[in-house]
Amino acid sequence: MTTATPTRDARAARPGRARADVRPVSFSTLTLVEWRKQLDTRAGRWLLAVIAIITAGVLAVMMIVNGGNHSFAAYVTATTTPMAMLLPIVGVLAATAEWSQRTALVTFTLEPRRTRVGLAKVVGAIGSGLVLLALTIGLAALAHLLVVAFRDADPAWDFTARGIAYLALTVVLFMAQGVGFGLLLRSTPAAIVTLLMAPTIFGIVGGLVSGMADVLPWVDLGTASTPLLFDAPMSGEAWAQLATATLIWVVAPLAGGLWRTARSEISSS
Amino acid sequence: MITVEHLTKRYGPVAAVDDVSFTVEPGHVTGFLGPNGAGKSTTMRMICGLTPATSGSARVLGLPFTALANPGRRVGVLLDAGSQHSGRTGREVLTLGALMTGVDRRRIDTTLDLVGLTEREAARRVGQYSLGMRQRLGLASALLGDPEVLILDEPANGLDPAGIRWMRDLLSDFASRGGTVLLSSHLLREMEAVADRIVVIGRGRVVAEGHKDDLLRQAGAFARSTDDAALALALRQGGVGVEELATGGLAVEAEPLDVGRAAAAAGVVLAELRAADSRGLEDLFLELTADDARQQTRMEVPA
Repeated sequence: MTTATPTRDARAARPGRARADVRPVSFSTLTLVEWRKQLDTRAGRWLLAVIAIITAGVLAVMMIVNGGNHSFAAYVTATTTPMAMLLPIVGVLAATAEWSQRTALVTFTLEPRRTRVGLAKVVGAIGSGLVLLALTIGLAALAHLLVVAFRDADPAWDFTARGIAYLALTVVLFMAQGVGFGLLLRSTPAAIVTLLMAPTIFGIVGGLVSGMADVLPWVDLGTASTPLLFDAPMSGEAWAQLATATLIWVVAPLAGGLWRTARSEISSS
Repeated sequence: MITVEHLTKRYGPVAAVDDVSFTVEPGHVTGFLGPNGAGKSTTMRMICGLTPATSGSARVLGLPFTALANPGRRVGVLLDAGSQHSGRTGREVLTLGALMTGVDRRRIDTTLDLVGLTEREAARRVGQYSLGMRQRLGLASALLGDPEVLILDEPANGLDPAGIRWMRDLLSDFASRGGTVLLSSHLLREMEAVADRIVVIGRGRVVAEGHKDDLLRQAGAFARSTDDAALALALRQGGVGVEELATGGLAVEAEPLDVGRAAAAAGVVLAELRAADSRGLEDLFLELTADDARQQTRMEVPA
């Protein structure tokens, strides 16, 4: 560390001499910054790397099992389960890091409109999710291509654009959900455990209570979003179920998290 | 320019900040003093829009902080040097700030240079920084947007003596160029050296505010004469409080001019006459906040 006296530049003029170029922080700037914040730490980079590695691992196993003779759709589908479990964590971390690393103090003095920051986190997380989804689909295509070329698997490029759109929608929902839980609970472990446990608990309850089986698709996002993962046709009822489950598990926590962020006191401890 | 008007923050029945009003003028370093838990940090957070006020208002450059468009370019804030992601490098912290506020990224190097962080230190992760380095990085973040106002909570904390001197020069220079500085610190000697205006709070209330010199000036006079006993007698007969000092001379509770008149009337020759010594900031601080200090020693015996 050097202890320099203030340099000539700093002495040059009255502080704040260049006011003309000051513009309000735009939402796109905010989103880009929030996106960068997901990637510029080791923890963030590792999380994304782990998701990519697990995806590649799942595909590698698929290529070995059963002579690798699976359709492109089967390869894509196989990767969605780890994605569905891990992607929301990216969203969770984007939100909880502000509190666990105490950066909220700085973030919200640079942009006091806290709801915009929260929404920028959602959009940034969705960006990360969609990039990972594209990467996954690319890897799945590569895997299928390899087994067709080298293991005499039957070429079956049966995954539709609709299927990809459905997966993209799932990513959007999961990312928004992750950020929502992160903003609401502010603790990384609490948010992750809640996110991962909730569907399991619902599943158990659904298995034990007979009446729950009818209600479950309406209130459990895991159940309601399953058709999206497998490129299954969505009936009107299925969309309605997705809507209600999304309301409960995505919209409500996100709204609550944004509300809590906007209302609460931001302090360093 | 910072204007705080009747700012109050209650947590349940407890008023952490109670009807606090003061102004911070451009061109000065205003020191914000108070014992632990007096409400300094809460007041500063309210000024920056981080803590909602129960009542009252705070304006920075004429607006509530939250109404400033791109506040990072108008106000440099350092409330807690620990509020940085330990996994980011110092340079990355400043890069995020530059992206957010729209500052030319070349300013990152200028600012790093200004706070005395080397290229190599900036490439290290904040988790490995000493407290002093974090303070420098925090100050760099505050200065990055070339602001007109600085709001700094305990920025000298963790700095070595050379760093403290450097910080003092930096703030004095900033203020002398027309900037506004609100600075809290526990280092009273440091505050005495850098601040020219002082706001003291104790238990959430402002207990003193004004120019440092005015606050530190003590009423009264010091006098030494050829016959102190006669002078003391004459003064006491005039109803003036006098204390005969063991080291010689008199501490008089009156202005030097009045002491001179009394000496002339009594025919005592004065050897020395001047206004009482100004006390140190530490004395003032302890006197003002004695009732509010957390760890006070009871000096007087109950009657």
